[in-house]
Amino acid sequence: MDNILIIRNLRVAVEGKEILHGVDLEVRRGEVHAIMGPNGSGKSTLAAVLAGREGYDILEGEVLYNGMNLLEMEPEERARAGLFLAFQYPVEIPGVTMATFLRTALNEIRKARGQEPLDPIAFLKIARERMSWVGIDPEFLQRGVNESFSGGEKKRNEIFQLLLLEPQLAILDETDSGLDIDALKVVASGVNRMRSPERSFVVITHYQRLLNYIVPDVVHVLYDGRIVRSGGKELALQLEERGYDWLRAEGEELVLPSIS
Amino acid sequence: MATQQDELLQQVTASEYKYGFVADIEEELAPVGLNEEIIHYIWERKGEPEWMLEWRLRAFRHWKTMQEPRWAKVTYPPIDYQAIRYYAAPKKRQVQSLDEVDPEIRRIFEKLGIPLEEQKLLAGVAVDAVLDSASVATTFKEKLAELGIIFCSMSEAIQQHPDLVQRYLGSVVPYTDNFFAALNSAVFSDGSFVYVPPGVRCPMELSTYFRINAARTGQFERTLIIADEGSYVSYLEGCTAPIRDENQLHAAVVELIALDGAEIKYSTVQNWYPGDREGRGGIYNFVTKRGICLGKESKISWTQVETGSAITWKYPSVILKGDGSVGEFYSVAVTNNYQQADTGTKMIHIGRHTRSRIVSKGIAAGRSNNTYRGLVRVLRGADYARNYTQCDSLLIGHTCGAHTFPYIEVLNPTAITEHEATTSKIGDDMLFYCRQRGISEEDAVALIVNGYCREVLLHLPMEFAVEAQKLLAISLEGSVG
Repeated sequence: MDNILIIRNLRVAVEGKEILHGVDLEVRRGEVHAIMGPNGSGKSTLAAVLAGREGYDILEGEVLYNGMNLLEMEPEERARAGLFLAFQYPVEIPGVTMATFLRTALNEIRKARGQEPLDPIAFLKIARERMSWVGIDPEFLQRGVNESFSGGEKKRNEIFQLLLLEPQLAILDETDSGLDIDALKVVASGVNRMRSPERSFVVITHYQRLLNYIVPDVVHVLYDGRIVRSGGKELALQLEERGYDWLRAEGEELVLPSIS
Repeated sequence: MATQQDELLQQVTASEYKYGFVADIEEELAPVGLNEEIIHYIWERKGEPEWMLEWRLRAFRHWKTMQEPRWAKVTYPPIDYQAIRYYAAPKKRQVQSLDEVDPEIRRIFEKLGIPLEEQKLLAGVAVDAVLDSASVATTFKEKLAELGIIFCSMSEAIQQHPDLVQRYLGSVVPYTDNFFAALNSAVFSDGSFVYVPPGVRCPMELSTYFRINAARTGQFERTLIIADEGSYVSYLEGCTAPIRDENQLHAAVVELIALDGAEIKYSTVQNWYPGDREGRGGIYNFVTKRGICLGKESKISWTQVETGSAITWKYPSVILKGDGSVGEFYSVAVTNNYQQADTGTKMIHIGRHTRSRIVSKGIAAGRSNNTYRGLVRVLRGADYARNYTQCDSLLIGHTCGAHTFPYIEVLNPTAITEHEATTSKIGDDMLFYCRQRGISEEDAVALIVNGYCREVLLHLPMEFAVEAQKLLAISLEGSVG
């Protein structure tokens, strides 16, 4: 079996309101999956639950990550095991330099991988290289984490962290929102550079646009807390053309196709 | 800096107050309680000149007429001043050379990370070690003496340099100043004395390490630092106490005097025992610290990191008398569990073109209360005085409190004062962001708090800054989750 992620019948509620009504999803190693859906369909809830954010009640279902019971792991354990979330709204941490923050993070993850910690010189070298891949000025390493970064800079910074931390499974939560086309291309090229048979991506997006640059292996449509359709990359184009309404028109007859 | 920060993070274990041991040394103890006989007792033990007895008795008689201040935002049961011991000193006293220091005392300070052997000391730091009521060792005295710098215990200064002591003792904090200053003046038993002669730049950090050891004993030390014209000195102060479930009183007085063009930098890392998680025990830290910029173009800078004590009542202040003089106050005050801190500063602008700067960072966690109380007063003659105040509070959790009481009194129309204040929380989203990058919650709090305090920590001497970072992390252990 080469599934890095298996989600089975995942039902999740927030403040007593059920948001995910039974999600099933399997992601194989090396694949890029796109999850598309209208606002309020549960995309970000799914990302948050996978990363372990508090405030979500798991009503039913299970999630296996590399064969481990993901839902029982602390967020930092998930991160150290190679799960990465590129945040839709990256948080500012004033006064904590990017260099300190990321070296601490990278060395925690390296420790979990059984690698030696990086000293500041070695860290700077690798950080500068990865920053150049997404066009971030090395001067940013001395700034506070996301502190007074523009919206676009924050998003690029998320991808830089992805490049630096080299996860096995990266979840991108609406990384394209608020980006102009040039920034979008930079972000996509960073992600494409990281594609490998050892690494999987779950790309959550509202728009098809991003998928022109990050071409997915599989596209899923999340609608009203369920995955209502899965298909190849052409499904994204179909959605772009027809919007999500045609799915609504087909209503509840939709049967969940299973991807094997 | 980054390496040390990582080391710091690794050192953050599940330890609680790690300085809480009690050492078994032979001490000479005064009877419990306070009256004129006790003052005679202290005066006699110290072998002080006649004028000191007069001085102490005047203070004591005045103290008896005074009321304990109650305006601070702290609450505690009434203190029974007759239940406190006012003098406790190791039997083997002040010694001629460091080799003579009682091995047991030496062990105490080694355990605290303060070796008294000069060759082992951190490069460039001279230490005066005060245990309970007495100074037990002062290092690097000879080396400093070559430059004319006097660095010794207060007892020794009273004997050897009575002219300087008589001239300046009580000149910045008179015994009439407040209740605790009066008490201190009556019963103080030791402390540090520094005099830097004109034009001398003190080549090493001077440091006093205070340790309370004996039970039911108060510590009342007195520090006097005089920087003569055009001189410079940087002074550090550290403090710890054993874990005891009673409250112990610490009422110190620190006076700084800067003459023309002189600069005094005074840094404190205060780590008195804060009490346990339920708020039992801990030190009552009621301290009066004040400096005067007597000369023109002089400068006094206070930097403090306050993590300890059950209650902190402390307002290191600067009187800006000389024209063009500068006062600074950089503060980080952390409270956790049931700790209470009411701390801040006073900047009194008297001279023309005087400037002051206040940066205060309060951090409250647990069920603690953290108050900033500050006064900026610009007197009539202080033409073109300037003050900038920045006052930030950080809250961790939902059961703590942060309070700010800034007072600004301006009597001169050419003066400019600025005040900025913020309150923020370590939000769940901030912690989650760190954890998603593989950083544990405790480490994330330490990282965030250190980032928040960076502006203040930068003003500490390097060795002290690292120590302070560790303390911040340890003080906030268990404050989340």
